Amino acid sequence: MYDFNYHKPDSIDEAVQLFLGAEDGIYLAGGHTLLPSMKQRLAAPTDLIDLAGIDSLSGIEDVGADLEIGALTAHDEVATSSVVQSGIPALAELASLIGDAQVRNRGTIGGSVSNSDPAADYPAGVLGLGAEIVTNKRTIAADDFFTAMFETALEEGELLTKIKFPKPESAAYVKFPNPASRYATVGVFIALTGSGVRVAITGAAPSVFRSTDMEKALNSEFSVEALEGITLDAGEMNSDLHATAEYRAHLCTVMAKRAVLKLL
Amino acid sequence: MSISVQLNVNGKSVKLDCPANTTLVDLIRERLELTGTHVGCDTSQCGACTVHLNGRAVKSCTILAAQCEGAEVTTIEGLGDTDNLHPMQEAFRECHGLQCGFCTPGMIMSAVDLVHREPSINERVIREGLEGNICRCTGYHNIVLAVESAAKKMRN
Repeated sequence: MYDFNYHKPDSIDEAVQLFLGAEDGIYLAGGHTLLPSMKQRLAAPTDLIDLAGIDSLSGIEDVGADLEIGALTAHDEVATSSVVQSGIPALAELASLIGDAQVRNRGTIGGSVSNSDPAADYPAGVLGLGAEIVTNKRTIAADDFFTAMFETALEEGELLTKIKFPKPESAAYVKFPNPASRYATVGVFIALTGSGVRVAITGAAPSVFRSTDMEKALNSEFSVEALEGITLDAGEMNSDLHATAEYRAHLCTVMAKRAVLKLL
Repeated sequence: MSISVQLNVNGKSVKLDCPANTTLVDLIRERLELTGTHVGCDTSQCGACTVHLNGRAVKSCTILAAQCEGAEVTTIEGLGDTDNLHPMQEAFRECHGLQCGFCTPGMIMSAVDLVHREPSINERVIREGLEGNICRCTGYHNIVLAVESAAKKMRN
């Protein structure tokens, strides 16, 4: 890991100013993607802006129709929160399936969502629930947030502060984990909302996406059989040493069926 | 960049200057010479570097020393000593929960946190709870037995 300047601001404004004043700044949350990337020299920022001193970025709040989760809230806090377990149990379960115990003690929801790793779990929950991403300057709909592999709608220096999750009627997340890393080889989040079924898939393609074919089928009949015969295009899937594109396309439908089964 | 960091390690207050890119495990091993905490993969996968940070198990290879300002850190040396082993250390010895011993400090630190936070301990909970710690010798069987045995003693 190359050397860098370390900053620990105590307000959002100060953090943003430090970022904008740095030659190549980056925000540090839990650091569980950033620090390994820096060790591998895939990232070599000049300035690390540690957000841990900003108290307003942490915490979980039930505000009636929504759950609001602060950017710095660790995965384990979400997984074990009674507020999340009763408000959106599928989200608590998703958080409990991330990485391992030590990773869940440090990794944060804001870090995961900002990073937009194609195999991360949270993007499926955020997109599946139709959440809103709140930043220091605006609110972005999940449908507009994840733009490409490791790319989001966040602008230079824009800081994700919290995520607002509307409570669904019900929801389920099922993933086929990579047996070593527990990243999602394919993960499917299905939510039944007031405006219909939403199906978000992570791990399969360069970025999390919604399957409109599956949503259409499940909106007309919510059953495992409704997904029969739906095959996603392998040409749009990732392929690596863990799974071929064809296998990932196959897993999308299998995981979606399992998620539907959990909801019946 | 050099930074100044003050933290509490195994009950002792420590204040030192170090480069900003110093990891917590480097501080523990190289500066404090507490070499019970091991570095296996250095990529946050194997768990050999697990210590407690403010009471929770974390991988100290993936935390900067700078992030530990004001924190309470417990390493394997802070858990017990040769004459006064922690029940988890004693159980690993009794149940032969180790062979080469390289993963053992991290395994024990994770297991202690697991027993503290899980209301009911059984084989499945232990195996899932220790997913972040890799052992290449034992096949995990005696590790699971050790944690089960220690959990009973820790709760008595």
